[in-house]
Amino acid sequence: MQFIVQGYPAYAYTGSRDFDPGLPTIVFVHGAAFDHSVWQWQSRYFAHHGFNALAVDLPGHGRSPGILRASIAEWSSWLVALLDAAAIGNATLVGHSMGSLVTLESALAAPQRVSKLALIGISAPMPVGQAFLDAARDDPPVAYDMEAVWGHVRNSQLTQSAVPGTTLLGASRSLNGRSRPGALHADLGACNAYRPSMDAVRAMKTPTLVLAGKRDQMTQFKAGKALAAEIPGARFVALDAGHSMMSEAPRETLAALRDFLRD
Amino acid sequence: MILGPKTPHPDTLAVHAGQSPDPATGSRAVPIYQTASYVFPDTDTAAALFNMETPGHVYSRLSNPTVAVFEERVAALEGGAGAIATSSGQAALHLAIVTLMGNGGHIVASSSLYGGSHNLLSYTLPRFGIRTTFVPPRDLGAWQEAIEPGTRLLFGESVGNPSVDVLDIPAVASLANERAIPLLVDATVTTPVLGRPLDQGAHLVMHSATKFLSGHGVVIGGVLVDGGRFDWNASGKYPTLTEPYEGFHGMVFTEESTASAFLLRARREGLRDFGACMAPMTAFQILQGLETLPVRMARHIENTAKVVAYLASRKEVERVHHPDLEAHPGHEIARRLYPRGCSAILSFELKGGRDAGRKFIEALSLFSHLANIGDAKSLVIHPATTTHFRMDDGALAAAGITPGTVRLSIGLEHADDLLDDLGRALNASQK
Repeated sequence: MQFIVQGYPAYAYTGSRDFDPGLPTIVFVHGAAFDHSVWQWQSRYFAHHGFNALAVDLPGHGRSPGILRASIAEWSSWLVALLDAAAIGNATLVGHSMGSLVTLESALAAPQRVSKLALIGISAPMPVGQAFLDAARDDPPVAYDMEAVWGHVRNSQLTQSAVPGTTLLGASRSLNGRSRPGALHADLGACNAYRPSMDAVRAMKTPTLVLAGKRDQMTQFKAGKALAAEIPGARFVALDAGHSMMSEAPRETLAALRDFLRD
Repeated sequence: MILGPKTPHPDTLAVHAGQSPDPATGSRAVPIYQTASYVFPDTDTAAALFNMETPGHVYSRLSNPTVAVFEERVAALEGGAGAIATSSGQAALHLAIVTLMGNGGHIVASSSLYGGSHNLLSYTLPRFGIRTTFVPPRDLGAWQEAIEPGTRLLFGESVGNPSVDVLDIPAVASLANERAIPLLVDATVTTPVLGRPLDQGAHLVMHSATKFLSGHGVVIGGVLVDGGRFDWNASGKYPTLTEPYEGFHGMVFTEESTASAFLLRARREGLRDFGACMAPMTAFQILQGLETLPVRMARHIENTAKVVAYLASRKEVERVHHPDLEAHPGHEIARRLYPRGCSAILSFELKGGRDAGRKFIEALSLFSHLANIGDAKSLVIHPATTTHFRMDDGALAAAGITPGTVRLSIGLEHADDLLDDLGRALNASQK
């Protein structure tokens, strides 16, 4: 479905269901140069199990036109504006990679709008290597290769996919390859520059889940664990997966989210 | 220049891609999951599997763990987003077509096609309202002129048989992009070892896996690979992918999966309803061959080069058709697209026409006279009376076939033995 957010249409996948104001809402936020479809194996489930699922395409990504943002704070402001546009008082926010920073910042900036928070594949700060940034600016195909290869377990192609008939690395690379020119560089720059207020993190009251891949090559496992330790009462779950847990371990990721939302 | 990340070489992918040691037993070899169906752990999971809320196996017509290894291995070798294995190469072509169009659909195809594909497009699909216009593969203007408002697919073989026409994939792909229509390439002859159509600009790739992918000629199978980069929404011509599908509770496949919408529909409708799936035993047997594909292709190409040079030197031979030869119209394209060689298939014209051809084939002892290509064994056939016999004279000429054309598929035997067999048969052909 579409909303108008900060002057532009914004697309959100709903799992083929109509939005029901009477149901609790989960907003899923994708990572750099991706779109809503990274949540294929989680969002559809919740849309058919008692929730509104809104898997958004951030502006300039997927089906959402609009302007790429340069900072996590700006993305966060857009996300809160989306809640306004959808007339959602508060929602569970689920973010992956760059999306996890956007949702974290939203929970810090507007805690009353965030009922629960799930951070997947996160480190904060999230430094991005110079070679990756340079490639995203000067040679995007190489940067897409980097994102695909580092975004999964080492030698991902030499393992059986959790999604029969799909090469996770190939599908991920194809999705990045469809992104708008400049999107990856803008997104990586925003990740690299973001510094959350750790005082605010330590004062968080939002129930939070941190999901980390033991074989994550993009955001270090120990960094996710360290962040979870800073958030009061945060639940930490480790999965045997790389950075792209939603497709590398789709059932386990769904189970962790389901358990978290049930409690 | 910025160096990209290291990824496994094709030789490694051919042996390992898409497979983890069996989680149940630790089996290093790919286990044959000879089962029709799979036990659901609970009712919630069962419902989630049926509603595509969670991935997994439900019924082996839709997916199977052994078949999935084959699909993922070919997809990795081709650089695609995923693949669907089918009961034959013909089933792969049919699956691609019916996923993209229905009654009123139109295809522009190279005239240089496998006879079976020509039959499907020329004689069978018109009965279902799908027409095809055939064009000379290297005539880009003809491709352009043949495109109609209802055209939904461009189709050609990377290297067509038997005249070994080489398709200029980047040029046709560029036209395809300009007209927002996908290009499907049948890469059976070249295999991902010699060239990857997706890297050259194609959007979809198919193989008859019976041929080089297997290499042993013991099974029939096919596979369809999606590059995941064609923008079905922007094209606006593919309601099967971009509009709600009542056969799956109003699912819009391009919303469900941006990169894999085509494969999703092909599996969830095409395999479900047409049912031309691959059997797990077949996938296992093809995988035994696929492991050695890069090694075999090198030997196929090496032997072919020797056979081509030998035939070109013989006085009994009127003309040899192979892109290794400078006179071949596809020579320059082949050098550009297939620097490691492009075809272990070749054809030639014997002096003496049909009668000489009969004597030649019957005098061969090492080459097997049969209807197949891409076997470890060297093969020979007379296309005008066998594989392409349903085509009229005009279509035969368009496909580069004359009554005297003989097609060879060069195998893995020692080259000297092949040349010896050919030499004796050439002598016999003129008596």
